Amino acid sequence: MTMISEEHKKEKLGFEETELRLGLPGGGGIVNEDLVKNTNANGKRWYTETVDLKLNFALKETEKGENLQEEKNLISCSNDSVKPPPKAQVVGWPPVRSFRKNIMAVQKSSSEEGGGGAATFVKVSMDGAPYLRKVDLNMYKSYQDLYGALGKMFSSFTMGICDSQGMIDFMNESKLMDLLNGSDFVPTYEDEDGDWMLVGDVPWEMFVGSCKRLRIVKGTEAIGLAPRAVEKCKNRS
Amino acid sequence: MAYSFPEEVLEYVFAFLSSHKDRNAVSLVCKSWYEIERWCRRRIFIGNCYAVSPQIVIRRFPEVRAVKIKGKPHFADFNLVPEGWGAYVYPWISAMVRSYPWLEEIKLKRMVVTDESLELLSKSFKNFKVLVLSSCEGFTTDGLASIAANCRNLRELDLRECEVEDLSGHWLSHFPDNFTSLVSLNMSCLGSEVSFSALERLVSRCPNLRTLRLNRAVPVEKLPNLLRRAPQLVEFGTGAYSAENQTDIFSNLVEAFSGCKHLKSLSGFWDVDPAYLPAMYYACTGITSLNLSNATVQSPDLVELIIQCPNLKCLWRERELIEDMTTQVLDYIEDAGLKALPSYCKDLQELRVFPSDPYGAEPNVSLTEQGLVTVSAGCPKLQSVLYFCRQMSNAALITIARNRPNLIRFRLCIIDPQAPDYLTLEPLDTGFGAIVEHCKELLRLSMSGLLTDRVFEYIGTHAKKLEMLSIAFAGDSDLGLHNVLSGCESLRKLEIMDCPFGDKALLANAAKLETMRSLWMSSCSVSYGACKLLGQKMPKLNVEVMDERGHPDSRPETCPVEKLYIYRTVAGPRVDKPNFVWTMDEDAVLRLS
Repeated sequence: MTMISEEHKKEKLGFEETELRLGLPGGGGIVNEDLVKNTNANGKRWYTETVDLKLNFALKETEKGENLQEEKNLISCSNDSVKPPPKAQVVGWPPVRSFRKNIMAVQKSSSEEGGGGAATFVKVSMDGAPYLRKVDLNMYKSYQDLYGALGKMFSSFTMGICDSQGMIDFMNESKLMDLLNGSDFVPTYEDEDGDWMLVGDVPWEMFVGSCKRLRIVKGTEAIGLAPRAVEKCKNRS
Repeated sequence: MAYSFPEEVLEYVFAFLSSHKDRNAVSLVCKSWYEIERWCRRRIFIGNCYAVSPQIVIRRFPEVRAVKIKGKPHFADFNLVPEGWGAYVYPWISAMVRSYPWLEEIKLKRMVVTDESLELLSKSFKNFKVLVLSSCEGFTTDGLASIAANCRNLRELDLRECEVEDLSGHWLSHFPDNFTSLVSLNMSCLGSEVSFSALERLVSRCPNLRTLRLNRAVPVEKLPNLLRRAPQLVEFGTGAYSAENQTDIFSNLVEAFSGCKHLKSLSGFWDVDPAYLPAMYYACTGITSLNLSNATVQSPDLVELIIQCPNLKCLWRERELIEDMTTQVLDYIEDAGLKALPSYCKDLQELRVFPSDPYGAEPNVSLTEQGLVTVSAGCPKLQSVLYFCRQMSNAALITIARNRPNLIRFRLCIIDPQAPDYLTLEPLDTGFGAIVEHCKELLRLSMSGLLTDRVFEYIGTHAKKLEMLSIAFAGDSDLGLHNVLSGCESLRKLEIMDCPFGDKALLANAAKLETMRSLWMSSCSVSYGACKLLGQKMPKLNVEVMDERGHPDSRPETCPVEKLYIYRTVAGPRVDKPNFVWTMDEDAVLRLS
């Protein structure tokens, strides 16, 4: 391995004094709170996001009075020293095209559906966020998977109003209202009939088949959808 | 007295120059050569649709017959560029409709193409022959129907990995009954079933058809009929390659494949049932390109396919191997499968191994760095590698570099970000350093794993021919970026995600950016203030800041921007920006301050 020459080293060390440098008003080595919020010193942005997701999830569980043991585990997890997170936590990594991520999931489902196989892309918008995303619903196996991905894409979104399967209990209207009032954001979707429904009302596979578009709205806005969702649910059963 | 060749002679000579670089060089010799060259240039390549405007292109080159345009930055492939960012082809098509009525070819990559654009082009260019859309989006099968219905002289319709809103398969039936000019059809990225009888009739009446890539919805039972109607095929992509157990299907397939004596390329292979693979062996004699990246079969079946069919053995004995193979596989091939490659594919040039389960926490296959080391040792012509794996060592990389100094493309993705050398737990600096030191002709490099500033010292020192570099989760400080920008003389495209690079290196090397096509930096530490300064000082660059958190003015100047895309341009700031992209230019700086 060739070693860098001494001269070269000196050059490198001295580059800060080079005449070519364009002076930046105010220096440039200052770290402010905004920076810390989004990255730590090593630029490990996934870590903070993971922690946020876990803490919020744990808090919602407490409100429902369930799974205190799980909550303890989650909170202590987030206090540990930096552990490498599950691989899927970072947008853009690993650098695999969407249709390739699809292959495993679609392999598993194709035996039931008998082929098809193209990705199911739906647009996702969130109230207040400046731009749309697209997700391929075939990539996810459950509502929980989907919420995790949405949480990654929209940093203000956390999903707290569902049960452990990711589904919402529509039969209990007052409980539903309480939950919606308490949440910041809930995901809604446009189904094949053109109706806007609350995500989590039907089994996952049915949802993938009927969802045309996703919209994440404020919980209080979604309350308007609840009665219709309950109605539709009652009609189905 | 000046002696010069008559114009006609120069034009004739220039016609032999096909490379864009050569044409560009010729146009710089003198004014008269510039003039002659621009009138006879027929093929244009625009590497960044925002580097130039349609009007400028048309003004300079009035007689163009073929255009190739690229739009979004490469990282758009990995969901880093939001919806609505740009790269719309419509303004180009509407300008060309007016000025290039005899346009024959349009090739686009990472652009937004609407049905409106497709319909306009299909109705305006009477001699239109070739449409290639790579990684494009924004259109539906209705747009394809316009192309089928109106392009009477169409030769190629090639949709590569596009996101098409698939309304139905009916579009294929829009090719008129007297349409016979098709040479190449690639519909592999579409979801819907097309009418099989329409497809069969189309294939039957197009005697020059040499490329046919079907989509997944075409079942294996339909293949024999299609292949029988097109024994002249050179490139073929199957649909789903499995069926209910029916013995006649297998024998029909064998018969059909053995009739195809000119096949050089095979692809498709969704849902592979290994029992049907041997049917293809008879067509494998001349195969040079094999894309099995959809085939989720386990290693032994892959090895069988590539090696152990009766005819191949026979050919092997006669010393005729599968030549010039480009191989694309999923990592199901495993180290064992890769070990077998060199014995049978001595002329392998390009290998791509994709992950079958990129998000799994544990490895699901036995594919390690050893597979790549073995192939690098045994395939002397190997020059292009794309390899996903879960572990790597400096020792392996050094071995690969020494084995294959002829590598020109080396893209390694170790799935776990910042994974160190798994044997020594050290960074992989020396390994990648060996790659750039030994492979002196390296044009493209993607790195991964644990990497410090040191690797960038090596790159800046040795990678003199490097044109494209992709970096993620690497480096410690601005010194890293500075080494790349100041050392890599041939660098054209640099894309960086999640690295601790900030203002200093960027500002110190601002002039370098004008010699490159583009720079992408996301989740790094470049401040808004630095971006503004760069935009102000470098009018020939578009410095575009992209931020989901709203206008950067709402945050301190020292706050890093989320995403930064810088590219050289003669067209000024673009006018089709969405509300989350801002161009840093003089006007903006004055307005905002």
